Amino acid sequence: MGNFFLLILIYTCIYALMSIGQNIITGYAGMLSLCQAGFFAIGSYATAILTTGFGWSFWATLPVAVLLSALFGLLIGLPTLRLKGDYLAIATLGFGEIVRNVLNNWDSVTNGPMGIQDIPMPKFFGMKINPYNKIGFLLMSIIFLLVAYLLFQRLSRSRLGRALEAIREDEIAAESMGINVTKYKVAAFMLGAGIAGVAGSLQAVFSLSVTPGTYTFMVSVMVLCMVVLGGMGNFIAVILGSFIIQLISYFPQLTGLSSVIPPQFKQILFGLILVIMMIWRPQGILGREQHLYGADRKGRKK
Amino acid sequence: MSISEILQHFMNGLTLGGIYALIALGYTMVYGILKFINFAHGDILMVGAYIGLFAFNALRGSAPLGTWTIIAFFIAMVISMAGCGVLGMFIERVAYKPLRKANRLAPLLSAIGVSFILSNSAAWAFGTQSRKFDYPFDNTPFNLYGVIITPHQILILAVSVIMMVSLSLFVDKSRMGKAMRATSLDQDTAMLMGINVNHVISLTFAIGSALAATGGILIALDFKAYPSMGMMTGLKAFVAAVVGGIGNISGAMLGGILLGLLETFGVAILGIPTGMKDTIAFGVLILILLIKPEGILGKAEKEKV
Repeated sequence: MGNFFLLILIYTCIYALMSIGQNIITGYAGMLSLCQAGFFAIGSYATAILTTGFGWSFWATLPVAVLLSALFGLLIGLPTLRLKGDYLAIATLGFGEIVRNVLNNWDSVTNGPMGIQDIPMPKFFGMKINPYNKIGFLLMSIIFLLVAYLLFQRLSRSRLGRALEAIREDEIAAESMGINVTKYKVAAFMLGAGIAGVAGSLQAVFSLSVTPGTYTFMVSVMVLCMVVLGGMGNFIAVILGSFIIQLISYFPQLTGLSSVIPPQFKQILFGLILVIMMIWRPQGILGREQHLYGADRKGRKK
Repeated sequence: MSISEILQHFMNGLTLGGIYALIALGYTMVYGILKFINFAHGDILMVGAYIGLFAFNALRGSAPLGTWTIIAFFIAMVISMAGCGVLGMFIERVAYKPLRKANRLAPLLSAIGVSFILSNSAAWAFGTQSRKFDYPFDNTPFNLYGVIITPHQILILAVSVIMMVSLSLFVDKSRMGKAMRATSLDQDTAMLMGINVNHVISLTFAIGSALAATGGILIALDFKAYPSMGMMTGLKAFVAAVVGGIGNISGAMLGGILLGLLETFGVAILGIPTGMKDTIAFGVLILILLIKPEGILGKAEKEKV
């Protein structure tokens, strides 16, 4: 039970990294991306392939995972972000599926549906971080999350964050204020992709094996739920959202009811969360601070 | 490659494209009126396939293939269309209508939620294994000047042509169709002219979902029915709608058929492995967005302040 709770906390950290990325894309820039799972997979496979095939250390694969995910973010972002936001949603939905498709079929590199096993454990000054010893791994995950949180929190207060918020509120007005809309959107998208790559690397050394089945559309929807439930545009809120969603996700095992509750239960619940939150509390549990000129106390524009 | 081989691929692509076109119509009609992508459209297709499957099996009983199975099939199709039409209207009423004045992101997120609810409820209720949808007729292919054609392909062509022609007639000639066109041009003005915009939107969802139901049944005949069948098919139909010009009804038909042909010829000529067939649609989407984002028949729209 205690061990199980640690597992939930570790997954909270890994998914919180992804939802921080989703938050900068969706909460700040107001774009709907549906492929955090795709970038997650790219990060995982980058670490898995480089450590098992080329003997790299986990730490050396991290920058590769980030850059590779960000590069793919750039590739899908450039053609779609110039256009109205809705295309991004579909293009990213497609991209997520294509990544899984490629992982399943590119046998020579990804070993197909079997995936890659025996990923070496990461070492820290000669000390092995063993995922079976959950406390140690949790500590490492928390450090990752903390660094990412501080970094993104600072970024969102910077010129970049302000520009993204301006774009979210009114793209045309932002453009006429001299903000290069496409540049900032692509930057936000690449940042969100890169941090999901980090989450992927962590996932690879946590489960010590990667298979395409881990990186389904459900992962992307879960991340989206975390952001929507916690509160778009608020980094603490999305971390809270990640914890709640992970708790829901493991609720059957946690309470020992997994034989009673059907496996689809949590997915149906995630769908309901999205619909219900959008209708009754679109700002999420914690909500976003509103500094908008002309907005009343409830945050609605006049 | 001989002429008959080319004709063969053409025939296969045309039938595949006919199905895409049927589904793409739903995306395009909703987009034309609400300017929003109905993510749940693909899952409505899945529900349609299941309703059709159950209705057909119930009507058929253990009857052997014959006239009755064909009649039963069409009755099942009508039941499924009606069921999905009601489902589409219900979803619009519950999940999208309260968000009509909300920001642009809200209905999209809600639609993803609906899509997830539908596909997972189906997995829960019907199981994740795929179910065979028996052909209502003897599906032995016959040879026409060297081209092998199955009766199922003829059914697809007939159904999609009938559906598309009646939809075009409805939208172009009927009073309600005129109201639909007016609403898609300018909702507020349409309202001022006495058009009940809520009815028009409900009807749009009903028609789009009914068409998706036929698409779902036609696909299930060849590829079985399973809870996640709506996702890839829905995605491709959306690509078809974008290729033709989203919001444009004839564009969706053209885009669907083009995409079907591209997929078939892509596998046959370019030698793209079948496992990667799904990448073709995605490549087409990226290409069209780079070259002509408004689609083949769409008009470039300037965003107004």
